[in-house]
Amino acid sequence: MANLLADSGKELLLGNEAIVRGLIEAGVKFASTYPGTPSSEVGNNLEKMADKAGMYFEFSSNEKIALEVSAAAASAGVRSFVFMKHVGVNVAADPLMTLAYAGVNGGMLLMSADDPSCHSSQNEQDNRYYSQLSLLPMMEPSTPAEAKEMIKEAYDVSEALKLPLIYRTTTRVNHARGIVEYCTPIDKPAKGKFEKDFKRYVNIPANARPNRVILLHKNMKAKELSENSKLNFIDGSGTCDVGIITSGVSYTYVKECLKNVDILKIGFTNPLPEKKIADFVSKKKAIIVVEELDPFLEDQVLRICGQNNLNVPVHGKRDGTLPREWEFSPDVMKKLSKLVDVIDMPVSLPMPEMKLPGRPPTLCAGCPHRGLFAATKKAVGKDDVIYCSDIGCYTLGGQPPFNEADFIICMGGGAGAAGGFSETTDQKSIAFIGDSTFFHSGIPSLISAKFNNHKYTMVILDNRTTAMTGHQPNPGTGRHFGGVETEEIDVEKVVKAIGIGFVETVNSYDVKAATDVMKRAIAYDGVSVVISKCPCPLELKRHKALEPKLCVVDQSKCIQCMTCLKTIACPALVKTDGKIVVDESQCIGCGMCANVCPKDAIGVKQ
Amino acid sequence: MKYTVQIVGVGGQGVLLASMVLGNAAMKEGYKVAMSEVHGMAQRGGSVLCTLRFGDDVISPLESVGGADLIMGFEPVETCRNLPLGNKDTMILMNLDPVFPSMVAAGMEEYPKIDDLIAAAKKNNKNVSTIEATSIAVKAGKAVAANAVMIGAVAAIKGFPLKKKILKETLAENVPQKFLDLNLKAFELGYESMN
Repeated sequence: MANLLADSGKELLLGNEAIVRGLIEAGVKFASTYPGTPSSEVGNNLEKMADKAGMYFEFSSNEKIALEVSAAAASAGVRSFVFMKHVGVNVAADPLMTLAYAGVNGGMLLMSADDPSCHSSQNEQDNRYYSQLSLLPMMEPSTPAEAKEMIKEAYDVSEALKLPLIYRTTTRVNHARGIVEYCTPIDKPAKGKFEKDFKRYVNIPANARPNRVILLHKNMKAKELSENSKLNFIDGSGTCDVGIITSGVSYTYVKECLKNVDILKIGFTNPLPEKKIADFVSKKKAIIVVEELDPFLEDQVLRICGQNNLNVPVHGKRDGTLPREWEFSPDVMKKLSKLVDVIDMPVSLPMPEMKLPGRPPTLCAGCPHRGLFAATKKAVGKDDVIYCSDIGCYTLGGQPPFNEADFIICMGGGAGAAGGFSETTDQKSIAFIGDSTFFHSGIPSLISAKFNNHKYTMVILDNRTTAMTGHQPNPGTGRHFGGVETEEIDVEKVVKAIGIGFVETVNSYDVKAATDVMKRAIAYDGVSVVISKCPCPLELKRHKALEPKLCVVDQSKCIQCMTCLKTIACPALVKTDGKIVVDESQCIGCGMCANVCPKDAIGVKQ
Repeated sequence: MKYTVQIVGVGGQGVLLASMVLGNAAMKEGYKVAMSEVHGMAQRGGSVLCTLRFGDDVISPLESVGGADLIMGFEPVETCRNLPLGNKDTMILMNLDPVFPSMVAAGMEEYPKIDDLIAAAKKNNKNVSTIEATSIAVKAGKAVAANAVMIGAVAAIKGFPLKKKILKETLAENVPQKFLDLNLKAFELGYESMN
């Protein structure tokens, strides 16, 4: 593991580690987030070392709060950094839009980590449009080294404009690795003072109107900064006929795969350096805009051409040269071979003709979610139930043999949707939600369901961690890092305080007992809540708190009915020559399979 | 010079550690390095792919399909699934220890015969080397050192640009002190197994 606190040196860093180093070097003293891939490792690193760098860091309970706390820090003059995955910015968009009106004093960056190709996401929205919607400046690095370097520049621009700046990355920057050279950190204050200013910070209509005008003025000033920024530069001899305009990771593919082109590499991507672009275009016979996702740069380049009477063909997404969907790669550059010289790429080997077994992501061996999904399936029987699931490991409950995900849209979305289904269909609804997601946005949904007398069952899968994104703490676990200790917030007490009439907590490893509770919860007339409180085994392993246990199949009792496989489908149960055997390298001895065995053929060995 | 290694396998096999050792060794030898890793949801029991590129003017974290100089396959099905990452001249190191996908374990899908997988890899490529990393690791002392066996084997691959000494040194820096001897022994046995 690289030492991000070293005075100097050179390390092979993950993009997200390089970003953490960038924060340290830029004197950032406040950071906040709600975990989300591909931004998560920034938080995991800060959790371990922010206090050692004199920085306050928190996992806020959702992205909106994360943005608000960072906004306050920067308003008080402290350099702050708020970061999240792209869809998190949707949650934080409300404060963002008006924060732009008020502006900040200390520099503030909002990192939006976009996920082209949806490696770990429910959509691949292009968050660059938020910069235009909010009129905020935006920068985009191309590599881990640049991601570190650009942060300092970004804070200077943020402070020059007194505006938060959108720092937009993508998976192939956050999860790329490259050589990063350390610079000496600068020091900035960790404590500030909020200077009250009613007209600026209280955006009632009378104040918001002039502040909107101020924001438009700042946008003009930002344009000047972009025009003169060294982050927007021409890479090439300047004499080629074809010009490429590009940003982000796409620059690396252009740089390595295309020959005889001049590249206008844009790092300061909102507002665009219009004069620089017009000047670049005017010297070319053709322009290709190479950018992932939507034609954000391309549409503006076309507009700039129009306003400057430049009659140069612009190729990109609008003419179908490049795709609008999925991330780019060196292979995508082949699509440009009719317009420019592309390096030779070897002919790839064919896919073997034999059928290869799939290996989709799956719930881990001994994952308590398996027990709850098995219990729910048994309790539901043949009834027509709509499974409204959510964002987290339990999304994987949509796979066989459980098939318990019919509707997933966003964090906390299942609990909201279940209420709508309960009012408009005769089908029953069950909403699955994780502990961290419950605190993120499930609580208002539950309150609304109670308020409106919706009839559905909310199942809170409390595995005592935010598992999918790499085991971050959440309000249900309490905070135990960075010199701050807080107590756990009890999910059951929260639910009871709302006044929910049916609340029961189960141990999902006892599938039979959980099935009984699920049956009664589904039959309940009103909103019912079942809490599965069972720690994630990976989290226990991390803390060396997993008791060594093993499930053992007594082959003399086993009748090969496959009930264990069909109901739990644990990866540690292996069918070999018609027999069920336990894969000892995977089994954690949770006993779920033993619990459902009709012949008591499986025992748990301590 | 540019050299690309595609490291493929299953979460938990040590793919990321191997990529870190190779990447850091390349940095020590003065090359530029660009890598790409898979994190998040895809890691949960799924296939893992790590791209490592190094050389004089390397900046892209991804390689073209077919552009690999070396495929380092930690698992036989994953090696075959990722054959299109290579071409007829690609060096292929294929570990023969299977990790059964959940649907295979549950008896709902078949795991192909290892010999058939080897034949599929060799069909269009003459540079396939097979290795039984786990059994070699057991000889070294413990099965968990299979990834050190793989790194040792890579050092013996024809034309691999990084020096054995540097790889071994970098491996030593990246494993816990108490497993140092085990890993170094596994590395040597992996190297020898290729000769």
